[in-house]
Amino acid sequence: MTTLTSLARAQAVATGMAQPVCTVRHVHVSDRPLVLIPLALAGEANAPLAAMVGDDPLAGRLLVVSQPRNRDRRFAFAAEFADIVVSYIEGYYSSVQTVPGGRGQEDRTRFADAPQVLVPNPACIGFVRLLGRSTRFRRPSGEYAVDPAVPVLGRWLSFLAERAEHPGSCLLLAATDAVALHWASGQSPVEDLNLAALMGWVSPPAGMTGAEAAAAGEDPVTWPPAGPATDPTFDNEVLARLIAACDLPDDDARARNRAESALQAALAAQVAPTWRLMWQAIGLLRGMPPGSRVAARWDADKDAFTSYAGYLRDDGPPQPRRDSAVAAARRLNWLERAQASYAAQRAFDDSLVMAEYRLSGEAFAGTVTAAEPDRLDSSGKRRKLRPLITVVTEDSPRIDQGATLVSPSRPSQQARVISVSAAPVQPVPAARRPLAVVLELAGGMGRALTPESGSVPEPGEWLCYTTLTDSYQPQGSFPDRAETPWTHGGPPPDYVPADEDASEAWS
Amino acid sequence: MTAAGPATGHVSAAELAAAAVADVLADLADLHSRGQRAVVVDSPPGAGKSALVVRAAAELASAGQPVMVVAQTNGQVDDLVDRLATAARGMAIGRISGQEYQPVPRVTRHAGVSVAHRVRDLAGCPVMVGTAAKWATVGDGSWPWAIIDEAYQMRSDMLLRIAGRFDRGLFVGDPGQLDPFSTVEIDRWTGLTWDPMQSAVAVLLRNNSDLAVRRLPVSWRLPDSAAPVIAEAFYPFTGFLAGTGPGERRLELATRALGTGPVDEAVQTAAASGWALYELPARQTVRTDGDAVAACVALAGRFLERGAIAYSEQAPGGTPLTAGRIAIGTAHRDQARAVREALPPGLDGITADTANRLQGREYDVVIVLHPLSGRRDATAFHLEAGRLCVLTSRHRHACVVVARAGIPELLDAHPSTEQVHLNVPAKFPDGWEANQAVMAHLERLRVRAL
Repeated sequence: MTTLTSLARAQAVATGMAQPVCTVRHVHVSDRPLVLIPLALAGEANAPLAAMVGDDPLAGRLLVVSQPRNRDRRFAFAAEFADIVVSYIEGYYSSVQTVPGGRGQEDRTRFADAPQVLVPNPACIGFVRLLGRSTRFRRPSGEYAVDPAVPVLGRWLSFLAERAEHPGSCLLLAATDAVALHWASGQSPVEDLNLAALMGWVSPPAGMTGAEAAAAGEDPVTWPPAGPATDPTFDNEVLARLIAACDLPDDDARARNRAESALQAALAAQVAPTWRLMWQAIGLLRGMPPGSRVAARWDADKDAFTSYAGYLRDDGPPQPRRDSAVAAARRLNWLERAQASYAAQRAFDDSLVMAEYRLSGEAFAGTVTAAEPDRLDSSGKRRKLRPLITVVTEDSPRIDQGATLVSPSRPSQQARVISVSAAPVQPVPAARRPLAVVLELAGGMGRALTPESGSVPEPGEWLCYTTLTDSYQPQGSFPDRAETPWTHGGPPPDYVPADEDASEAWS
Repeated sequence: MTAAGPATGHVSAAELAAAAVADVLADLADLHSRGQRAVVVDSPPGAGKSALVVRAAAELASAGQPVMVVAQTNGQVDDLVDRLATAARGMAIGRISGQEYQPVPRVTRHAGVSVAHRVRDLAGCPVMVGTAAKWATVGDGSWPWAIIDEAYQMRSDMLLRIAGRFDRGLFVGDPGQLDPFSTVEIDRWTGLTWDPMQSAVAVLLRNNSDLAVRRLPVSWRLPDSAAPVIAEAFYPFTGFLAGTGPGERRLELATRALGTGPVDEAVQTAAASGWALYELPARQTVRTDGDAVAACVALAGRFLERGAIAYSEQAPGGTPLTAGRIAIGTAHRDQARAVREALPPGLDGITADTANRLQGREYDVVIVLHPLSGRRDATAFHLEAGRLCVLTSRHRHACVVVARAGIPELLDAHPSTEQVHLNVPAKFPDGWEANQAVMAHLERLRVRAL
């Protein structure tokens, strides 16, 4: 935890209210997100018990598995669930947009919007991942045939869960993550995983402090767990009895219907408070202005969605259960680049996030005190425009000479650090001795040897510079899968789909 | 090393070390006939790892086998080039580098060394040295041999990218130091034999379980007072010996203190016994604990004020301790920065850095800000055995650990709670146990600050 978030948490405790740690919203919130609250049966690996799902706060659908230990009923549930989820996702196939191709590339099309699935907490993302894994290898024919929608559901859930690992992606989001990204509560990050407690801190009901609302949020009677785990007391005292009642033989249809309605009602009461909280959290997030780079990240999500839809249309095989050595290394490289870019974008969008980097010395802000906008560098074959500016800062940057910096307000211009020295003593005594940083600018000033007006910062301007960069990072080079080296076990065998793919030790 | 040591211990340590190096070189010579492709050499701190790399590279190259040498940072590459060029005069050495790299004097002063961005500009050099990141961009060419230095600090995905370039490899590294890390936290590959978050050696050994693992048995850096402590805490199954015997390394203070204070007491304890624990009153603090930072600076400064003189096998007549030979090690970058800012003008030659950046470095006296000092909890990061191992094994003479009181109690309250995963080999030593072992030793050499 950084100093600034520690301080915000301490302030939250002192004031009894969560403290904002962002000035803008860093996640995309769809106009029509699909909210999903899954419940699993305790003691069974990822056995679906119920799911509340829907894109309308007033019309959520509750699906219930009356006997989760029965595999047939699980997959009947999966088929029903697929009907809702897949048709929600495929609803986004209807409209496309054209993206102009830059630098000699052709224009391309992608879907104009993408689906967004919101779950209460990260454990629910884990549930989505495992449900995807247990359904994507199933087949609509042969032994243990399932509804044709089930493997399609599995692939989409797997796609969403993999995308959720991608820093900055918003196709599948956990509400607690999204809320905790923007507010610091007065409780620990582990306690923040409880949506009711976290929302208590952030928007307590009238007449209560955040701390009181959070404490109330921990009562499983008024605020049942948000899934996928259920409350053990509920399991023992209510659920066990109702599930046993549903297990009646088929001949007593009326008694069974009665038992199933009772189970349905009990589970509806378990998810209803979370359902309301989810839409409350969505409203809260919608109320913040979005950061300027959120839309670009959502465009990347749309690209990923379009690309996977095309892959499914071409009958691509389901996602492998494990990454091969090369695929794992490639994915890690991809995730690390996305992580760096996401961190930079958040800081560029939000001065409060940038403040963290200013405190840690990776950024500084100050006033331009001198500028040489027409300076030319004639050391090379051709003269180049390389203006110098001096920025005086009271921050304490930990930046080396020669480092390349970028200012969030001028992202296309690089600034190389020429020197860092103590600034001349100011007339006003400062808390710490200000530093003068001399920067050499390159790029973003037009093609001529005199800079375009406004492209070089002028004295008096307040600017922030940082070592973070959002510029394009080339992908690492990796061997082909067929050339996996001996150090990593050699080339893996080719994938041949088989019935055993779907079997798991735990399923 | 020195020939005139006592008959026991010291001479046999030198012999042991020489025998171990000879074994490794013999392994390299007959690796092919055994049908294997790699030798792994585990090396405790300061056991002559770089010397082995230099010697192996020179021997392979002189036998007509081109070698690619891989290190992890530009600084390490430059050090290796310098040592290689000094050891094998006249041999053409290629220093392959990125576009941004500026050659440093210790590389350019050797006539046999050429620096270039591309392999084809270095044709004819039997030995080419570069960082792993640079080698990963080399798209073609093949070398009969690769020597990979600091292989435990290289991530296995980097090995995947360069493994196509060589037939056989010598992997040298210190298993006790910090594991490589990633900026993303993800467990999707946990348990796979090719987990890209693991070190290159871990993946190599899991996929090639028949490989020989050799060990260098003698630390030439750590004094006799430190080797048993470090060996027991961090190398519990293999151990190692100190290359110098009792009394061969001494730190003497030229002046006496006026009166006594805890700082002087800690400095004297460290000079006399090689270790000291400077214990501040128990308190939970922010990471950049001002008192602890001030204590680190005061202790470092006091060694210089008291005119410490270091007597060792390299300088039997003694050399005065200078600021350049003192380091202050921390867990976090902001702590290192706070220490650096607190250093008064006369002491700015003192190195203050994090464990990650101190890896592979050597000093006469090291002041350690204990990773758990002032903390409320003991996370996996702060318990990592490699972190404490790096910090407490950089010194040739003495190490002073600065900590808030209560670390053993903190450890007792936070046993390791890491999840156990299938198919993941247990890693030794356990950080919790290693921390306890070090604290148990330091307990006896504790000086309480006022």
